[in-house]
Amino acid sequence: MKTITQEIQSGKLMVSDGAWGTFLQQMGLQPGECPESWNLKYPDRVLEIAQSYIDAGSDMIETNSFGGNAFKLSMFGLEDKVYEINEAAARISRKAAGSNRHVLGSIGPTGKMLMMGDVTYEQLYEAFKTQAMGLEAGGADALVVETMTDLEEATAAVRACRDNTSCEVICTMTFDKSPDGSFFTMMGVSPADLVPAMIDAGANIIGANCGNGMENMIGIVNEIRAIDPEIPVLVHANAGAPVYKNGETVFLETPDQMAQFTPLLIDAGANIIGGCCGTTPDHIRKIVEVVKLKTV
Amino acid sequence: MGQNELLQKLAECVEFGKVNKTAPYPPAMKGQDGADELTRQALEMGIKPSEILNDALIFAMDKVGEKFSQKKIFVPQMLISAKAMNTAMEHLKPYFQSGEVKRKGKFIIGTVSGDLHDIGKNLVAMIVEGAGWEVIDLGVDVDAGKFKTAIGENPDAVVGLSALLTTTMPNMQKIVGEIKAQYPNVKLIIGGAPVNDEFRSEIGADGYSPDPQSAVAYLNALVA
Ligand code: B1M
Repeated sequence: MKTITQEIQSGKLMVSDGAWGTFLQQMGLQPGECPESWNLKYPDRVLEIAQSYIDAGSDMIETNSFGGNAFKLSMFGLEDKVYEINEAAARISRKAAGSNRHVLGSIGPTGKMLMMGDVTYEQLYEAFKTQAMGLEAGGADALVVETMTDLEEATAAVRACRDNTSCEVICTMTFDKSPDGSFFTMMGVSPADLVPAMIDAGANIIGANCGNGMENMIGIVNEIRAIDPEIPVLVHANAGAPVYKNGETVFLETPDQMAQFTPLLIDAGANIIGGCCGTTPDHIRKIVEVVKLKTV
Repeated sequence: MGQNELLQKLAECVEFGKVNKTAPYPPAMKGQDGADELTRQALEMGIKPSEILNDALIFAMDKVGEKFSQKKIFVPQMLISAKAMNTAMEHLKPYFQSGEVKRKGKFIIGTVSGDLHDIGKNLVAMIVEGAGWEVIDLGVDVDAGKFKTAIGENPDAVVGLSALLTTTMPNMQKIVGEIKAQYPNVKLIIGGAPVNDEFRSEIGADGYSPDPQSAVAYLNALVA
Protein backbone atom coordinates (compact mmCIF):
# COMPACT_ATOMS: atom_id res chain seq x y z
CA MET A 1 0.00 0.00 0.00
CA LYS A 2 1.21 3.52 -0.83
CA THR A 3 1.57 5.93 2.06
CA ILE A 4 -0.95 8.75 2.36
CA THR A 5 1.75 11.23 1.42
CA GLN A 6 2.57 9.24 -1.74
CA GLU A 7 -1.09 9.10 -2.74
CA ILE A 8 -1.39 12.87 -2.28
CA GLN A 9 1.80 13.46 -4.24
CA SER A 10 0.34 11.42 -7.09
CA GLY A 11 -2.49 13.96 -7.16
CA LYS A 12 -5.20 12.20 -5.16
CA LEU A 13 -7.77 14.07 -3.08
CA MET A 14 -8.65 11.93 -0.10
CA VAL A 15 -11.60 11.60 2.25
CA SER A 16 -11.25 10.73 5.91
CA ASP A 17 -13.96 9.66 8.37
CA GLY A 18 -16.44 11.42 10.67
CA ALA A 19 -17.14 11.57 14.41
CA TRP A 20 -16.64 8.68 16.80
CA GLY A 21 -17.61 10.15 20.18
CA THR A 22 -21.15 11.14 19.27
CA PHE A 23 -21.58 7.77 17.53
CA LEU A 24 -20.51 5.87 20.64
CA GLN A 25 -23.07 7.81 22.67
CA GLN A 26 -25.82 6.77 20.29
CA MET A 27 -24.74 3.18 20.80
CA GLY A 28 -25.16 3.51 24.54
CA LEU A 29 -21.94 5.01 25.90
CA GLN A 30 -22.94 6.61 29.20
CA PRO A 31 -21.82 10.04 30.42
CA GLY A 32 -18.78 9.44 32.62
CA GLU A 33 -17.97 6.13 30.94
CA CYS A 34 -14.54 5.69 29.33
CA PRO A 35 -15.01 5.60 25.52
CA GLU A 36 -11.74 3.73 24.97
CA SER A 37 -12.74 0.95 27.38
CA TRP A 38 -15.20 -0.15 24.69
CA ASN A 39 -12.32 -1.44 22.58
CA LEU A 40 -12.00 -4.25 25.11
CA LYS A 41 -15.62 -4.46 26.32
CA TYR A 42 -17.60 -4.08 23.10
CA PRO A 43 -15.24 -4.45 20.13
CA ASP A 44 -18.19 -5.36 17.88
CA ARG A 45 -19.90 -2.02 18.43
CA VAL A 46 -16.67 -0.12 17.78
CA LEU A 47 -16.16 -2.18 14.62
CA GLU A 48 -19.63 -1.19 13.48
CA ILE A 49 -18.61 2.51 13.58
CA ALA A 50 -15.36 1.85 11.73
CA GLN A 51 -17.20 -0.21 9.12
CA SER A 52 -19.87 2.45 8.59
CA TYR A 53 -17.21 4.95 7.52
CA ILE A 54 -15.49 2.46 5.23
CA ASP A 55 -18.90 1.78 3.68
CA ALA A 56 -19.45 5.52 3.26
CA GLY A 57 -16.31 5.67 1.12
CA SER A 58 -13.59 6.91 3.49
CA ASP A 59 -10.04 6.38 2.24
CA MET A 60 -8.87 6.34 5.84
CA ILE A 61 -10.48 5.83 9.23
CA GLU A 62 -9.42 6.75 12.73
CA THR A 63 -9.34 4.61 15.85
CA ASN A 64 -11.31 4.81 19.09
CA SER A 65 -8.32 6.01 21.07
CA PHE A 66 -8.62 9.83 21.34
CA GLY A 67 -8.38 9.78 25.15
CA GLY A 68 -6.16 6.69 25.25
CA ASN A 69 -3.21 8.25 27.07
CA ALA A 70 -2.14 7.35 30.59
CA PHE A 71 -3.36 10.67 32.04
CA LYS A 72 -6.91 10.39 30.75
CA LEU A 73 -7.17 6.64 31.29
CA SER A 74 -6.05 7.05 34.91
CA MET A 75 -9.34 8.85 35.55
CA PHE A 76 -10.97 5.46 35.01
CA GLY A 77 -8.29 3.36 36.73
CA LEU A 78 -7.11 2.08 33.35
CA GLU A 79 -3.60 3.60 33.29
CA ASP A 80 -2.04 0.12 33.28
CA LYS A 81 -3.90 -0.81 30.11
CA VAL A 82 -2.70 1.97 27.81
CA TYR A 83 -0.85 -0.28 25.37
CA GLU A 84 -3.55 -2.97 25.32
CA ILE A 85 -6.42 -0.50 24.78
CA ASN A 86 -4.64 1.27 21.92
CA GLU A 87 -3.58 -1.97 20.29
CA ALA A 88 -7.20 -3.15 20.42
CA ALA A 89 -8.42 0.17 18.99
CA ALA A 90 -6.12 -0.11 15.97
CA ARG A 91 -6.90 -3.81 15.46
CA ILE A 92 -10.63 -3.03 15.23
CA SER A 93 -10.17 -0.24 12.69
CA ARG A 94 -7.74 -2.34 10.66
CA LYS A 95 -10.32 -5.13 10.51
CA ALA A 96 -12.79 -2.71 8.90
CA ALA A 97 -10.20 -1.00 6.67
CA GLY A 98 -8.69 -4.15 5.21
CA SER A 99 -5.34 -3.84 3.50
CA ASN A 100 -6.01 -0.99 1.09
CA ARG A 101 -7.42 1.77 3.29
CA HIS A 102 -5.46 3.67 5.91
CA VAL A 103 -5.85 3.46 9.68
CA LEU A 104 -4.99 6.64 11.57
CA GLY A 105 -4.34 6.00 15.23
CA SER A 106 -5.99 8.87 17.12
CA ILE A 107 -3.96 10.65 19.80
CA GLY A 108 -5.70 13.48 21.68
CA PRO A 109 -4.43 15.89 24.33
CA THR A 110 -3.78 14.79 27.91
CA GLY A 111 -5.77 17.62 29.51
CA LYS A 112 -2.67 18.60 31.52
CA MET A 113 -1.08 22.00 31.10
CA LEU A 114 2.67 22.22 30.82
CA MET A 115 2.72 25.95 31.59
CA MET A 116 0.95 25.41 34.91
CA GLY A 117 3.52 22.81 35.96
CA ASP A 118 0.88 20.03 35.89
CA VAL A 119 3.35 17.75 34.10
CA THR A 120 6.79 17.76 32.52
CA TYR A 121 7.59 17.48 28.83
CA GLU A 122 9.24 14.10 29.51
CA GLN A 123 6.09 12.75 31.19
CA LEU A 124 4.01 13.79 28.20
CA TYR A 125 6.49 12.24 25.79
CA GLU A 126 6.45 8.93 27.65
CA ALA A 127 2.65 8.85 27.75
CA PHE A 128 2.37 9.49 24.00
CA LYS A 129 5.13 6.97 23.27
CA THR A 130 3.25 4.09 24.90
CA GLN A 131 0.05 5.07 23.13
CA ALA A 132 1.75 5.39 19.73
CA MET A 133 3.48 2.02 20.05
CA GLY A 134 0.23 0.31 21.00
CA LEU A 135 -1.52 1.82 17.98
CA GLU A 136 1.22 0.74 15.58
CA ALA A 137 1.24 -2.78 17.01
CA GLY A 138 -2.52 -3.02 16.43
CA GLY A 139 -2.13 -2.12 12.76
CA ALA A 140 -2.22 1.68 12.38
CA ASP A 141 -0.15 2.88 9.42
CA ALA A 142 -0.47 6.54 10.39
CA LEU A 143 -0.93 8.41 13.67
CA VAL A 144 -3.00 11.55 14.01
CA VAL A 145 -2.12 13.85 16.89
CA GLU A 146 -5.30 15.94 17.06
CA THR A 147 -7.30 18.65 18.82
CA MET A 148 -4.06 20.09 20.13
CA THR A 149 -3.95 23.69 21.40
CA ASP A 150 -0.48 23.92 22.94
CA LEU A 151 2.59 23.81 20.72
CA GLU A 152 4.78 22.08 23.29
CA GLU A 153 2.33 19.28 24.01
CA ALA A 154 1.83 18.77 20.27
CA THR A 155 5.62 18.65 19.85
CA ALA A 156 5.95 16.00 22.55
CA ALA A 157 3.28 13.88 20.85
CA VAL A 158 4.63 14.23 17.31
CA ARG A 159 8.19 13.48 18.41
CA ALA A 160 7.04 10.45 20.41
CA CYS A 161 5.30 9.13 17.28
CA ARG A 162 8.24 9.91 14.99
CA ASP A 163 10.95 8.48 17.27
CA ASN A 164 9.20 5.28 18.27
CA THR A 165 7.15 4.11 15.30
CA SER A 166 7.50 3.95 11.54
CA CYS A 167 3.99 5.36 10.99
CA GLU A 168 3.25 8.51 8.99
CA VAL A 169 2.55 11.32 11.45
CA ILE A 170 -0.26 13.84 11.13
CA CYS A 171 -0.81 16.77 13.48
CA THR A 172 -3.94 18.91 13.68
CA MET A 173 -4.83 21.71 16.05
CA THR A 174 -8.13 23.35 16.96
CA PHE A 175 -8.39 27.01 15.98
CA ASP A 176 -10.97 29.68 16.83
CA LYS A 177 -11.61 32.78 14.76
CA SER A 178 -10.67 36.15 16.30
CA PRO A 179 -12.77 39.24 15.78
CA ASP A 180 -10.20 40.42 13.20
CA GLY A 181 -10.64 37.23 11.17
CA SER A 182 -7.32 35.57 12.01
CA PHE A 183 -7.13 32.17 13.70
CA PHE A 184 -5.59 31.07 17.00
CA THR A 185 -5.83 28.10 19.33
CA MET A 186 -6.96 28.90 22.86
CA MET A 187 -3.29 28.89 23.88
CA GLY A 188 -2.53 31.51 21.25
CA VAL A 189 -0.96 29.35 18.51
CA SER A 190 -1.62 30.42 14.90
CA PRO A 191 -1.58 28.16 11.82
CA ALA A 192 1.65 29.90 10.83
CA ASP A 193 3.23 28.84 14.15
CA LEU A 194 1.97 25.29 13.83
CA VAL A 195 3.41 24.40 10.43
CA PRO A 196 7.17 24.95 10.92
CA ALA A 197 7.12 23.63 14.49
CA MET A 198 5.40 20.38 13.52
CA ILE A 199 7.47 19.80 10.41
CA ASP A 200 10.51 20.25 12.58
CA ALA A 201 9.14 17.72 15.10
CA GLY A 202 8.67 15.21 12.30
CA ALA A 203 5.08 15.50 11.07
CA ASN A 204 4.31 14.54 7.45
CA ILE A 205 0.84 16.06 7.26
CA ILE A 206 -0.54 19.15 9.02
CA GLY A 207 -4.03 20.47 9.52
CA ALA A 208 -6.96 21.52 11.65
CA ASN A 209 -9.80 19.70 13.37
CA CYS A 210 -12.90 20.28 15.50
CA GLY A 211 -13.70 24.01 15.74
CA ASN A 212 -16.86 25.67 14.54
CA GLY A 213 -17.65 24.17 11.16
CA MET A 214 -16.48 23.83 7.62
CA GLU A 215 -16.54 27.49 6.58
CA ASN A 216 -13.85 28.60 9.06
CA MET A 217 -11.61 25.80 7.84
CA ILE A 218 -11.22 27.60 4.53
CA GLY A 219 -9.56 30.57 6.25
CA ILE A 220 -7.34 28.24 8.27
CA VAL A 221 -6.16 26.36 5.18
CA ASN A 222 -5.45 29.71 3.50
CA GLU A 223 -3.22 30.67 6.43
CA ILE A 224 -1.37 27.35 6.25
CA ARG A 225 -0.93 27.57 2.47
CA ALA A 226 0.35 31.13 2.72
CA ILE A 227 3.43 29.90 4.51
CA ASP A 228 3.78 26.40 3.04
CA PRO A 229 2.49 25.53 -0.43
CA GLU A 230 3.78 21.94 -0.30
CA ILE A 231 2.91 20.25 2.99
CA PRO A 232 -0.10 17.89 2.74
CA VAL A 233 -3.08 19.37 4.60
CA LEU A 234 -5.83 17.46 6.43
CA VAL A 235 -9.10 19.00 7.67
CA HIS A 236 -11.53 17.34 10.09
CA ALA A 237 -14.37 19.84 10.56
CA ASN A 238 -17.24 19.76 13.06
CA ALA A 239 -20.78 19.80 11.75
CA GLY A 240 -20.98 23.42 12.90
CA ALA A 241 -20.58 24.78 16.42
CA PRO A 242 -21.97 22.79 19.36
CA VAL A 243 -25.46 23.82 20.44
CA TYR A 244 -27.24 22.68 23.58
CA LYS A 245 -30.76 21.45 22.94
CA ASN A 246 -33.14 19.41 25.10
CA GLY A 247 -30.49 17.90 27.31
CA GLU A 248 -27.85 17.18 24.70
CA THR A 249 -25.15 18.75 22.57
CA VAL A 250 -26.13 18.85 18.92
CA PHE A 251 -24.35 19.89 15.74
CA LEU A 252 -26.64 21.33 13.12
CA GLU A 253 -24.63 21.52 9.90
CA THR A 254 -26.25 19.08 7.46
CA PRO A 255 -24.40 16.81 5.03
CA ASP A 256 -25.45 19.13 2.20
CA GLN A 257 -24.15 22.23 3.97
CA MET A 258 -20.80 20.58 4.64
CA ALA A 259 -20.61 19.32 1.08
CA GLN A 260 -21.23 22.81 -0.23
CA PHE A 261 -18.03 24.12 1.37
CA THR A 262 -15.94 21.15 0.25
CA PRO A 263 -14.92 22.49 -3.21
CA LEU A 264 -13.86 25.79 -1.62
CA LEU A 265 -11.75 23.91 0.89
CA ILE A 266 -10.11 21.93 -1.89
CA ASP A 267 -9.43 25.11 -3.86
CA ALA A 268 -7.83 26.62 -0.77
CA GLY A 269 -5.42 23.71 -0.79
CA ALA A 270 -6.74 20.94 1.47
CA ASN A 271 -5.71 17.41 0.42
CA ILE A 272 -7.68 15.29 2.89
CA ILE A 273 -11.18 16.14 4.10
CA GLY A 274 -13.19 14.51 6.83
CA GLY A 275 -15.36 15.30 9.82
CA CYS A 276 -15.10 15.79 13.55
CA CYS A 277 -17.81 16.23 16.24
CA GLY A 278 -21.36 15.75 14.97
CA THR A 279 -20.49 14.38 11.53
CA THR A 280 -21.94 11.04 10.44
CA PRO A 281 -21.47 8.53 7.61
CA ASP A 282 -24.08 10.59 5.72
CA HIS A 283 -21.85 13.66 5.91
CA ILE A 284 -18.91 11.60 4.67
CA ARG A 285 -20.93 10.09 1.82
CA LYS A 286 -21.77 13.61 0.61
CA ILE A 287 -18.17 14.75 0.84
CA VAL A 288 -17.09 11.66 -1.12
CA GLU A 289 -19.56 12.58 -3.88
CA VAL A 290 -18.21 16.11 -4.12
CA VAL A 291 -14.60 14.97 -4.09
CA LYS A 292 -15.31 12.48 -6.88
CA LEU A 293 -16.82 15.25 -9.02
CA LYS A 294 -13.81 17.43 -8.29
CA THR A 295 -11.44 14.64 -9.35
CA VAL A 296 -12.99 13.77 -12.75
CA MET B 1 4.48 56.66 45.69
CA GLY B 2 0.96 58.01 46.20
CA GLN B 3 -2.08 55.84 46.84
CA ASN B 4 -3.45 56.20 43.35
CA GLU B 5 -0.15 55.48 41.71
CA LEU B 6 0.30 52.39 43.87
CA LEU B 7 -3.15 51.05 43.00
CA GLN B 8 -2.50 51.73 39.36
CA LYS B 9 0.81 49.84 39.50
CA LEU B 10 -0.90 46.93 41.26
CA ALA B 11 -3.59 46.86 38.59
CA GLU B 12 -0.87 46.66 35.93
CA CYS B 13 0.74 43.72 37.71
CA VAL B 14 -2.55 41.83 37.62
CA GLU B 15 -3.31 42.84 34.07
CA PHE B 16 0.08 41.69 32.76
CA GLY B 17 0.59 38.82 35.19
CA LYS B 18 3.47 40.04 37.34
CA VAL B 19 3.11 37.80 40.38
CA ASN B 20 6.06 38.94 42.51
CA LYS B 21 9.45 40.58 42.27
CA THR B 22 11.38 37.41 41.41
CA ALA B 23 8.88 36.20 38.79
CA PRO B 24 10.52 36.17 35.34
CA TYR B 25 7.23 36.90 33.59
CA PRO B 26 6.49 39.30 31.92
CA PRO B 27 10.04 40.05 30.75
CA ALA B 28 9.25 43.77 30.40
CA MET B 29 8.61 44.01 34.17
CA LYS B 30 11.68 42.07 35.26
CA GLY B 31 13.00 43.00 38.69
CA GLN B 32 10.04 45.23 39.53
CA ASP B 33 7.72 44.72 42.47
CA GLY B 34 4.81 42.40 41.68
CA ALA B 35 1.25 41.92 42.93
CA ASP B 36 2.65 40.32 46.08
CA GLU B 37 4.85 43.22 47.18
CA LEU B 38 2.52 46.00 46.04
CA THR B 39 -0.51 44.60 47.88
CA ARG B 40 1.52 44.45 51.07
CA GLN B 41 2.68 48.04 50.55
CA ALA B 42 -0.86 49.20 49.86
CA LEU B 43 -2.07 47.69 53.11
CA GLU B 44 0.86 49.20 55.02
CA MET B 45 -0.02 52.55 53.53
CA GLY B 46 -3.49 52.18 55.00
CA ILE B 47 -5.48 51.72 51.82
CA LYS B 48 -8.71 49.87 52.60
CA PRO B 49 -8.80 46.19 51.52
CA SER B 50 -12.09 46.78 49.68
CA GLU B 51 -10.52 49.64 47.76
CA ILE B 52 -7.51 47.51 46.79
CA LEU B 53 -9.87 44.80 45.61
CA ASN B 54 -12.20 46.99 43.58
CA ASP B 55 -9.92 49.70 42.22
CA ALA B 56 -6.93 47.52 41.43
CA LEU B 57 -7.69 43.80 41.31
CA ILE B 58 -11.22 43.63 39.90
CA PHE B 59 -10.55 46.62 37.69
CA ALA B 60 -7.58 44.76 36.19
CA MET B 61 -9.36 41.41 35.84
CA ASP B 62 -12.19 43.12 33.97
CA LYS B 63 -9.65 44.38 31.47
CA VAL B 64 -8.11 40.93 31.22
CA GLY B 65 -11.53 39.39 30.62
CA GLU B 66 -12.23 41.94 27.91
CA LYS B 67 -8.95 41.31 26.11
CA PHE B 68 -9.49 37.56 26.40
CA SER B 69 -12.89 37.69 24.78
CA GLN B 70 -11.47 39.77 21.93
CA LYS B 71 -8.70 37.18 21.55
CA LYS B 72 -6.01 39.78 22.15
CA ILE B 73 -4.65 37.53 24.89
CA PHE B 74 -4.97 33.77 25.38
CA VAL B 75 -5.25 31.18 28.12
CA PRO B 76 -1.63 31.38 29.32
CA GLN B 77 -1.90 35.15 29.91
CA MET B 78 -5.31 34.70 31.52
CA LEU B 79 -3.96 32.10 33.93
CA ILE B 80 -0.94 34.14 34.90
CA SER B 81 -3.17 37.15 35.61
CA ALA B 82 -5.44 34.98 37.73
CA LYS B 83 -2.34 33.83 39.61
CA ALA B 84 -1.28 37.41 40.27
CA MET B 85 -4.79 38.20 41.52
CA ASN B 86 -4.72 35.15 43.75
CA THR B 87 -1.40 36.20 45.25
CA ALA B 88 -2.83 39.62 46.07
CA MET B 89 -5.95 38.04 47.55
CA GLU B 90 -3.83 36.03 49.99
CA HIS B 91 -2.90 39.34 51.66
CA LEU B 92 -6.47 40.59 51.72
CA LYS B 93 -8.09 37.41 53.00
CA PRO B 94 -7.17 37.91 56.68
CA TYR B 95 -9.08 41.21 56.64
CA PHE B 96 -12.15 39.66 55.10
CA GLN B 97 -11.96 36.77 57.53
CA SER B 98 -11.26 38.79 60.69
CA GLY B 99 -14.56 40.58 60.47
CA GLU B 100 -12.90 43.87 59.75
CA VAL B 101 -14.96 43.55 56.61
CA LYS B 102 -18.32 42.13 57.70
CA ARG B 103 -19.28 38.69 56.33
CA LYS B 104 -22.60 38.74 54.56
CA GLY B 105 -23.17 35.00 54.38
CA LYS B 106 -21.82 31.79 52.92
CA PHE B 107 -21.46 30.86 49.27
CA ILE B 108 -20.73 27.31 48.12
CA ILE B 109 -19.32 27.08 44.60
CA GLY B 110 -18.16 24.28 42.32
CA THR B 111 -17.78 23.24 38.68
CA VAL B 112 -20.24 20.44 37.88
CA SER B 113 -19.34 16.78 37.40
CA GLY B 114 -17.48 15.91 34.21
CA ASP B 115 -16.23 19.47 33.84
CA LEU B 116 -12.67 20.47 34.72
CA HIS B 117 -12.75 24.14 33.74
CA ASP B 118 -12.07 26.29 36.77
CA ILE B 119 -10.63 29.62 35.66
CA GLY B 120 -14.02 31.36 35.58
CA LYS B 121 -15.24 29.61 38.71
CA ASN B 122 -12.12 30.70 40.60
CA LEU B 123 -12.59 34.30 39.53
CA VAL B 124 -16.19 34.23 40.72
CA ALA B 125 -15.05 32.71 44.03
CA MET B 126 -12.39 35.40 44.52
CA ILE B 127 -14.66 38.27 43.67
CA VAL B 128 -17.56 37.00 45.77
CA GLU B 129 -15.14 36.54 48.66
CA GLY B 130 -13.85 40.04 48.12
CA ALA B 131 -17.42 41.30 48.26
CA GLY B 132 -17.67 40.04 51.82
CA TRP B 133 -18.97 36.49 51.54
CA GLU B 134 -17.40 33.40 53.04
CA VAL B 135 -16.68 31.13 50.10
CA ILE B 136 -16.61 27.34 50.27
CA ASP B 137 -14.97 26.18 47.05
CA LEU B 138 -15.65 22.53 46.22
CA GLY B 139 -13.36 22.56 43.18
CA VAL B 140 -14.06 20.90 39.82
CA ASP B 141 -15.92 17.75 38.78
CA VAL B 142 -18.32 18.15 41.72
CA ASP B 143 -21.29 15.76 41.81
CA ALA B 144 -24.67 16.21 43.51
CA GLY B 145 -23.53 14.22 46.55
CA LYS B 146 -20.64 16.59 47.28
CA PHE B 147 -22.87 19.65 46.88
CA LYS B 148 -25.47 18.13 49.21
CA THR B 149 -22.89 17.25 51.85
CA ALA B 150 -21.64 20.85 51.80
CA ILE B 151 -25.20 22.18 52.04
CA GLY B 152 -25.88 19.80 54.94
CA GLU B 153 -22.92 21.35 56.77
CA ASN B 154 -23.88 24.93 55.77
CA PRO B 155 -27.64 25.00 55.53
CA ASP B 156 -27.84 28.79 55.10
CA ALA B 157 -25.41 28.95 52.22
CA VAL B 158 -26.26 30.06 48.69
CA VAL B 159 -24.98 27.60 46.09
CA GLY B 160 -23.29 28.42 42.76
CA LEU B 161 -22.72 25.97 39.92
CA SER B 162 -20.42 26.56 36.98
CA ALA B 163 -20.32 24.67 33.65
CA LEU B 164 -18.23 25.42 30.55
CA LEU B 165 -19.16 22.53 28.30
CA THR B 166 -22.46 21.98 26.52
CA THR B 167 -21.87 18.32 27.35
CA THR B 168 -21.90 18.99 31.10
CA MET B 169 -25.03 21.14 31.05
CA PRO B 170 -27.17 18.00 31.54
CA ASN B 171 -25.10 17.25 34.66
CA MET B 172 -25.87 20.75 35.92
CA GLN B 173 -29.55 20.07 35.38
CA LYS B 174 -29.32 16.79 37.28
CA ILE B 175 -27.45 18.34 40.20
CA VAL B 176 -29.90 21.25 40.46
CA GLY B 177 -32.77 18.76 40.47
CA GLU B 178 -31.22 16.62 43.18
CA ILE B 179 -30.36 19.57 45.40
CA LYS B 180 -33.84 21.07 45.03
CA ALA B 181 -35.44 17.71 45.83
CA GLN B 182 -33.61 17.50 49.15
CA TYR B 183 -33.24 21.22 49.97
CA PRO B 184 -36.10 23.06 48.24
CA ASN B 185 -35.30 26.35 49.99
CA VAL B 186 -31.63 26.59 49.10
CA LYS B 187 -30.95 29.34 46.57
CA LEU B 188 -29.07 28.12 43.50
CA ILE B 189 -27.31 30.28 40.93
CA ILE B 190 -25.65 29.09 37.76
CA GLY B 191 -23.03 30.52 35.43
CA GLY B 192 -20.49 29.69 32.72
CA ALA B 193 -20.15 30.55 29.04
CA PRO B 194 -22.71 28.14 27.49
CA VAL B 195 -25.54 28.63 30.02
CA ASN B 196 -28.14 31.39 29.90
CA ASP B 197 -31.28 32.56 31.63
CA GLU B 198 -33.50 30.38 29.50
CA PHE B 199 -31.56 27.31 30.58
CA ARG B 200 -31.82 28.50 34.20
CA SER B 201 -35.59 28.58 34.05
CA GLU B 202 -35.67 25.23 32.24
CA ILE B 203 -33.75 23.49 35.03
CA GLY B 204 -35.32 25.34 37.94
CA ALA B 205 -32.33 27.25 39.30
CA ASP B 206 -32.98 30.59 41.02
CA GLY B 207 -30.44 32.85 39.39
CA TYR B 208 -28.22 33.11 36.32
CA SER B 209 -25.07 35.24 36.39
CA PRO B 210 -23.17 35.97 33.21
CA ASP B 211 -20.24 37.35 35.23
CA PRO B 212 -18.89 37.59 38.79
CA GLN B 213 -20.29 41.08 39.33
CA SER B 214 -23.84 39.96 38.68
CA ALA B 215 -23.33 36.99 41.01
CA VAL B 216 -22.33 39.46 43.71
CA ALA B 217 -25.34 41.64 42.93
CA TYR B 218 -27.63 38.63 43.22
CA LEU B 219 -26.10 37.54 46.53
CA ASN B 220 -26.11 41.02 48.02
CA ALA B 221 -29.76 41.47 47.10
CA LEU B 222 -30.59 38.37 49.14
CA VAL B 223 -29.22 39.94 52.32
CA ALA B 224 -30.17 43.55 51.64
C1 B1M C 1 -22.16 30.23 40.12
O1 B1M C 1 -22.19 31.49 39.51
C2 B1M C 1 -21.41 31.70 38.46
C3 B1M C 1 -21.46 32.98 37.92
C4 B1M C 1 -20.70 33.33 36.83
C5 B1M C 1 -19.85 32.38 36.29
C6 B1M C 1 -19.78 31.09 36.83
C7 B1M C 1 -20.56 30.73 37.92
N1 B1M C 1 -18.89 30.40 36.10
C8 B1M C 1 -18.41 31.20 35.18
N2 B1M C 1 -18.98 32.41 35.27
C9 B1M C 1 -18.77 33.64 34.52
O2 B1M C 1 -17.78 34.40 35.19
C10 B1M C 1 -16.49 34.15 34.65
C11 B1M C 1 -15.67 35.40 34.67
O3 B1M C 1 -16.24 36.39 33.86
C12 B1M C 1 -16.75 33.61 33.27
O4 B1M C 1 -16.19 32.34 33.28
P1 B1M C 1 -15.66 31.63 31.95
O5 B1M C 1 -15.13 30.32 32.38
O6 B1M C 1 -16.72 31.70 30.94
O7 B1M C 1 -14.45 32.58 31.51
C13 B1M C 1 -13.14 32.45 32.03
C14 B1M C 1 -12.80 33.68 32.84
C15 B1M C 1 -12.21 32.33 30.86
N3 B1M C 1 -12.53 31.16 30.06
C16 B1M C 1 -12.04 29.95 30.33
O8 B1M C 1 -11.33 29.74 31.27
C17 B1M C 1 -12.34 28.87 29.31
C18 B1M C 1 -11.41 29.13 28.14
C19 B1M C 1 -11.30 28.01 27.14
C20 B1M C 1 -10.20 28.41 26.16
C21 B1M C 1 -10.96 26.60 27.68
C22 B1M C 1 -9.93 26.23 28.57
C23 B1M C 1 -9.09 27.24 29.28
C24 B1M C 1 -9.61 24.87 28.84
N4 B1M C 1 -10.21 23.78 28.26
CO1 B1M C 1 -11.85 23.87 27.22
N5 B1M C 1 -11.77 25.73 27.08
C25 B1M C 1 -12.76 26.31 26.35
C26 B1M C 1 -12.68 27.79 26.41
C27 B1M C 1 -12.81 28.53 25.08
C28 B1M C 1 -12.95 30.01 25.23
N6 B1M C 1 -12.19 30.72 24.47
O9 B1M C 1 -13.74 30.46 26.02
C29 B1M C 1 -13.92 25.48 25.94
C30 B1M C 1 -14.98 25.78 26.98
N7 B1M C 1 -13.40 24.13 26.08
C31 B1M C 1 -13.92 23.27 25.22
C32 B1M C 1 -13.58 21.90 25.12
C33 B1M C 1 -14.25 21.12 24.01
C34 B1M C 1 -12.66 21.29 26.01
N8 B1M C 1 -11.95 21.95 26.97
C35 B1M C 1 -11.15 21.04 27.65
C36 B1M C 1 -10.03 21.33 28.41
C37 B1M C 1 -9.58 22.62 28.66
C38 B1M C 1 -8.28 22.95 29.40
C39 B1M C 1 -7.94 21.95 30.52
C40 B1M C 1 -7.14 22.90 28.41
C41 B1M C 1 -8.55 24.43 29.84
C42 B1M C 1 -9.16 24.54 31.25
C43 B1M C 1 -8.15 24.96 32.29
C44 B1M C 1 -8.82 25.25 33.57
N9 B1M C 1 -8.10 25.01 34.64
O10 B1M C 1 -9.93 25.73 33.66
C45 B1M C 1 -11.58 19.64 27.38
C46 B1M C 1 -12.63 19.18 28.42
C47 B1M C 1 -12.04 18.95 29.79
C48 B1M C 1 -13.16 18.77 30.81
N10 B1M C 1 -13.63 17.56 31.01
O11 B1M C 1 -13.61 19.73 31.36
C49 B1M C 1 -12.23 19.81 25.99
C50 B1M C 1 -13.33 18.78 25.78
C51 B1M C 1 -11.12 19.72 24.94
C52 B1M C 1 -10.68 18.32 24.60
N11 B1M C 1 -11.02 17.95 23.40
O12 B1M C 1 -10.09 17.66 25.39
C53 B1M C 1 -14.92 23.96 24.31
C54 B1M C 1 -16.37 23.66 24.72
C55 B1M C 1 -17.27 23.32 23.56
C56 B1M C 1 -18.57 22.79 24.06
N12 B1M C 1 -19.05 21.72 23.48
O13 B1M C 1 -19.16 23.30 24.94
C57 B1M C 1 -14.47 25.45 24.46
C58 B1M C 1 -15.59 26.46 24.20
C59 B1M C 1 -13.30 25.63 23.47
C60 B1M C 1 -13.74 25.54 22.02
N13 B1M C 1 -13.82 26.66 21.33
O14 B1M C 1 -14.00 24.49 21.49
C61 B1M C 1 -18.28 33.62 33.14
O15 B1M C 1 -18.79 32.55 32.38
